Amino acid sequence: MALMSRTTIPEEEFAYPGSTGCPGCGANLVMRYLLKGLGGRTIVSIPACCWAVMPGYWPSNCLKVPLLYTAFEVTGAAISGLRAALDVKGVEDVTVVGFAGDGGTVDIGLQALSGAAERRTDAIYVMYDNEAYMNTGIQRSGSTPWGAWTTTTPVGNSHGYKHESKKDIMAIMQAHKIPYAATVSPAFPEDFIKKVEKAKNIKGFRFFHALSPCPPGWRTNPSLSIEVARLAVDTRIFPLYEIEDGKVRITRKGKGLPIIDYIKVQGRFQHLTEPEIEEMQKAVDDAWILLLLKESSGT
Amino acid sequence: MRTVMTGNYASAYGAKLCRAEVIAAYPITPQTSIVEKLAEFVATGELKAKFIPVESEHSAMAACIAAQTAGARTYTATSSHGLTLMHEVLMWASGARLPIVMTNVSRAMAPPWSVWVDHMDSVAQRDTGWLQFFCASNQEVLDTIIMAYKVCESRGVMLPAMVIEDAFIQSHTSEPVDVPDQELVDSFLPTYAPEYKIEVGKPMGFGSLVKPDQYMEFRYKAMLGIKEAHDRFLRVEQEFKHIFGREHGGLLEEYRCENAEVVLVAAGSVAATAKDVVDSMRDKGTRVGLARIRAFRPFPYDEFKSLGSKVDGVAVLDRSYTFGATGAMFTEVKAAMGSCQKRPAMKNYIAGLGGRDITPKVLEKVFEDILMHCKRGEESEVEWVDVAGLPRRWH
Repeated sequence: MALMSRTTIPEEEFAYPGSTGCPGCGANLVMRYLLKGLGGRTIVSIPACCWAVMPGYWPSNCLKVPLLYTAFEVTGAAISGLRAALDVKGVEDVTVVGFAGDGGTVDIGLQALSGAAERRTDAIYVMYDNEAYMNTGIQRSGSTPWGAWTTTTPVGNSHGYKHESKKDIMAIMQAHKIPYAATVSPAFPEDFIKKVEKAKNIKGFRFFHALSPCPPGWRTNPSLSIEVARLAVDTRIFPLYEIEDGKVRITRKGKGLPIIDYIKVQGRFQHLTEPEIEEMQKAVDDAWILLLLKESSGT
Repeated sequence: MRTVMTGNYASAYGAKLCRAEVIAAYPITPQTSIVEKLAEFVATGELKAKFIPVESEHSAMAACIAAQTAGARTYTATSSHGLTLMHEVLMWASGARLPIVMTNVSRAMAPPWSVWVDHMDSVAQRDTGWLQFFCASNQEVLDTIIMAYKVCESRGVMLPAMVIEDAFIQSHTSEPVDVPDQELVDSFLPTYAPEYKIEVGKPMGFGSLVKPDQYMEFRYKAMLGIKEAHDRFLRVEQEFKHIFGREHGGLLEEYRCENAEVVLVAAGSVAATAKDVVDSMRDKGTRVGLARIRAFRPFPYDEFKSLGSKVDGVAVLDRSYTFGATGAMFTEVKAAMGSCQKRPAMKNYIAGLGGRDITPKVLEKVFEDILMHCKRGEESEVEWVDVAGLPRRWH
């Protein structure tokens, strides 16, 4: 038998041990793989979110790149300011990154994000999506999926859970006609880093939607984070695709497993009844068909 | 170059002469002609800068914060609701010790809607850690922007500054303005070269989380910075005078306060009217003067303390109101004069809100009232001037 094939993942680390993230935190891996793809000539802007805390208390920093911490809603504006300053100083070979959670992106940060995208800001925006306000203790966000429990969508007598569906941030970004957007998952690092390396060489506004399993918020076993992230892709709840110059390309079709495989390992969905799970399955199937149509029609 | 221009153009020329490198702004009445002019300077190449047409004032300040952290000199301008939308990030700018300079065209807050002058917007930012300079002429607007960059960027200060013009009365009114030569400004204001800036190869965190055993030290140092700004401003203005041949009176401009029985304390464009009123009353033999607040932050406590022991009465005119207390300028003046050995009689006059004219007649009445007040003794502390159909006195 031939030697095991080498991975394409760069060996150089830009994220050192010492992050204060929870055990099994998906966002740790999202940052790690992102920086492996981008390399050291990167400046990262981080608003209020888990990653505002994870690099460590002042003066510690577990990342090998400079960080600009900002207020919650300003990531789009902050990366615009960073890029403008670098441009005016003639610095061209530095990648500016905005790294924000889902609340800081689809809710409070949506306006600044939209502005930065519309202005074609030359920067990469990464939304690590743990599907709720996790840093403040699992409150619902616009990115929390339909059916999920959070502390502000409690399961009580009225059978409460989130009754609204997740904002489709990729469609929102596609509508801004940006040159590149992609979904990435820490369970598929090669796909992840390939997309990052591609995006690095594109000029203009680039966007990543990274699913980021959160054991405390999703009520999952920390040892299962990669498994959960993989199931999200294989059940097509979180398909891996990219949109380059408006054209959709699915990069991993997944196995098409039933969504029950994904939701049964997560405490946040345990209250759902069979008809509700069927309803959820139908929504996932419909979204998948729509994505296939987008891909085949080149839109 | 001596020319005629509005306060807004004076702001734009001030930012241009200081070679602002990144300008991020959002339009709001009556600030718009500042950023229109700057956008034009950038488009024609007269100013080598990046202009970011952001989608809100909050983003304007956030973009300036990021650009300034990366070592660029930044500028923005706003007014009223735009300024108050920025409130959160104003605190961020000062906490991050970034010497951003901004023009605020001071305008009333809604509701009811008003696009005209008062100082509510500026005064409401009192505690944000920004230096605040009220201007009385368009020349002073331009000169103060140049001086503000120099003061703010000095190592011991490293704090942002707000240069304030009054809506329409200054922003849209033309006056003669001397626009200094670029070479002179360059000789006065060196290139911005901060000790720390965000750059690759130096993996530092800017604005990270600190524990309770460190937070107070950061704030204490910012306090020392604004304290330092007091003396620094006086020195910078003398240097400015040496190069440009003019000054505007330190942090507290005293006009005919020598031998004055009573003085009026005011800020902004009303000072020009007040000087005329002082002149005409002096001509009639009444010993009155004007103390014009140029710096609201840092507040000129020592200057007020020494003024307070020389006069019998002090009328403080606030063009804003602090609900549930007295006008903010009155509160400060009273605190400063409280330790005078011979404390003067003091009274607060709320006037000119939402663009209501403060005419010479109004100011004469204020002077007459404070003169009477010295004789009668203090019966009321605050009076809303020229308010129809309402009880005038408030205790």
